[in-house]
Amino acid sequence: MKVRKSFYLITSAMVLIASLMFSASVGAVKMPLKSIIDVIFGVGNATDKMILLNLRFPRIIEAAFTGMGLSVAGTFFQGLLKNPMADPYVLGISSGAAFGASIAIVLGFGLLGLQFFAFAFALMTIYVVYIISKKGPYIKMQTMLLAGIAISAFMSSIISLMMLLNHDEMSQIVFWTMGGFSLISWSQTFYTVPIIFIGCITLYVFSRDLNVIMTGEEIAEHLGIDTERVKKIILIVGSLITASSVSAGGIIGFVGLIVPHISRLIVGSDNRFLVPFSGIVGAAFLVLADTMARTVMAPVEIPVGIITAACGGPFFLYLLVKNKNKEVK
Amino acid sequence: MTIVNVEDLHYSYGNIQALKGINFKIDGYKMVGILGSNGSGKTTLLKNISGYLKPSRGNVFIMDKSVYKMRSKDRARIIGYVPQDMYFDFEFTSYDVVMMGRTPYLRRFQRETEKDVISVKEAMIITNTWDLKDRYVNELSGGQRQRVYIARALAQEPKILLLDEPISHLDVKYQIEVLSILKQLTAKGILVFAVLHDINLSSQFCDLILLMKDGEIISIGTPNEVITEENMKMAFSVDADVIRNPITDTPLIVISKRQGDGLTSE
Repeated sequence: MKVRKSFYLITSAMVLIASLMFSASVGAVKMPLKSIIDVIFGVGNATDKMILLNLRFPRIIEAAFTGMGLSVAGTFFQGLLKNPMADPYVLGISSGAAFGASIAIVLGFGLLGLQFFAFAFALMTIYVVYIISKKGPYIKMQTMLLAGIAISAFMSSIISLMMLLNHDEMSQIVFWTMGGFSLISWSQTFYTVPIIFIGCITLYVFSRDLNVIMTGEEIAEHLGIDTERVKKIILIVGSLITASSVSAGGIIGFVGLIVPHISRLIVGSDNRFLVPFSGIVGAAFLVLADTMARTVMAPVEIPVGIITAACGGPFFLYLLVKNKNKEVK
Repeated sequence: MTIVNVEDLHYSYGNIQALKGINFKIDGYKMVGILGSNGSGKTTLLKNISGYLKPSRGNVFIMDKSVYKMRSKDRARIIGYVPQDMYFDFEFTSYDVVMMGRTPYLRRFQRETEKDVISVKEAMIITNTWDLKDRYVNELSGGQRQRVYIARALAQEPKILLLDEPISHLDVKYQIEVLSILKQLTAKGILVFAVLHDINLSSQFCDLILLMKDGEIISIGTPNEVITEENMKMAFSVDADVIRNPITDTPLIVISKRQGDGLTSE
């Protein structure tokens, strides 16, 4: 059992490395593997360096970390809410970010302003949801889900209104909400990657606690786990990861929903394996999706959210049908 | 030796007083059945003894130490708790679930040691769940799952085991199996508290019975002392005949009288 799980981890890591290399090599200018390796080790010609270091690498790294962050946060949110339909956006983080981004776009702020607004509003939204679902020292998870849905609906309606009143900016808002990495440069990766990376490590530390909490909060408390504290840490860190990835890449749907699902089907529910595995799978998945987004209809870019939803939606339906059949059996 | 000493325990859910001054002491490792009608405070009492709920007044001492002053990990090393049967839709094997019982002994990054593995295996053998170790808990039957949960609590190596309706959803075969397992544990130095609804099985298996009504203990003692027609009437508002079980020589309740208006005979 242990051996099989390590095998999965190593295999997935190799798939991730292959995806990174593949993504670096394709594009308007084809890049042979040798040139990529040369550039990584500091040699290689100036054109290759320019293309890889300034254009492709920051974008690929951002996609990889966003995929990892969303998948890890999704794994934790599904476990914490005991709801397989949960994802990192379920508590309203995405609609908060979209609301912030829309304001920034309508007011004509630049890219950094947009990212700051998206980040700040994402965190503000989750804070409101948190305050609503807090009862004394306890957080009601069910209330949290419902509050998240209600706030999302409210925010979406205001976004729609803003788009109606600002026709010129409409396409920009729509484009942002569909998610994509076309505007990514090192200035984004410098602040999102550390947050996502440290966040994922922090969450991983609590994977054993999450295992126990998934079998019941009351029992976790009786096993000496400070459940409320762990829940708070997971919510805060998961929200930070999600908010920073959304602020840079927009709302990329389905990654945080289906990657934890697929991963759970492969390695089981034990979070000590599931969390790293789904992080690696998520990174590989989003890197490949982003590669498709920028190459399939080149030179036109498709928002990566369209790719992830187009792959994710049917796959999710397949899972549902498969589960339905399992119940009948 | 006094294992558990409950002193003047009061607990309220908002304005509703669930426990109104509970006092009792238990000496030695026994099997204690907690009986009483729905809403009489049985589960609340259990959760106060376990330290999960904090009483508004009073105290619970386990081996002379207040439960509420212990660190939660220390508490988890002497008190095992088995909640009412709950189902979760995640795939954990029985072995993984029982290993969770070792949580209070493991530091955050510590891997399970040989001692943990032995403790888990022992707990699973006592509860007849070792054969189920690779099965997913969400695919087990109610009786099997209940025994896995008991094994998890045993892996905590507790001195006190608290069980909330451990046999309520089980068929009679599993009811007897679970109660027999619990009874065996007392010989291993574990004080067992179980909330039960089956008066006759309690009478057969328990050393002591604690009868509750409206947040108070109305009778505590051996089955012979507690299971009387008068007490049954008081606790459950039921007219029962208490006869002797000819085989086990324990009290046996029989509902034979017509229950007038559901409350009184006549």
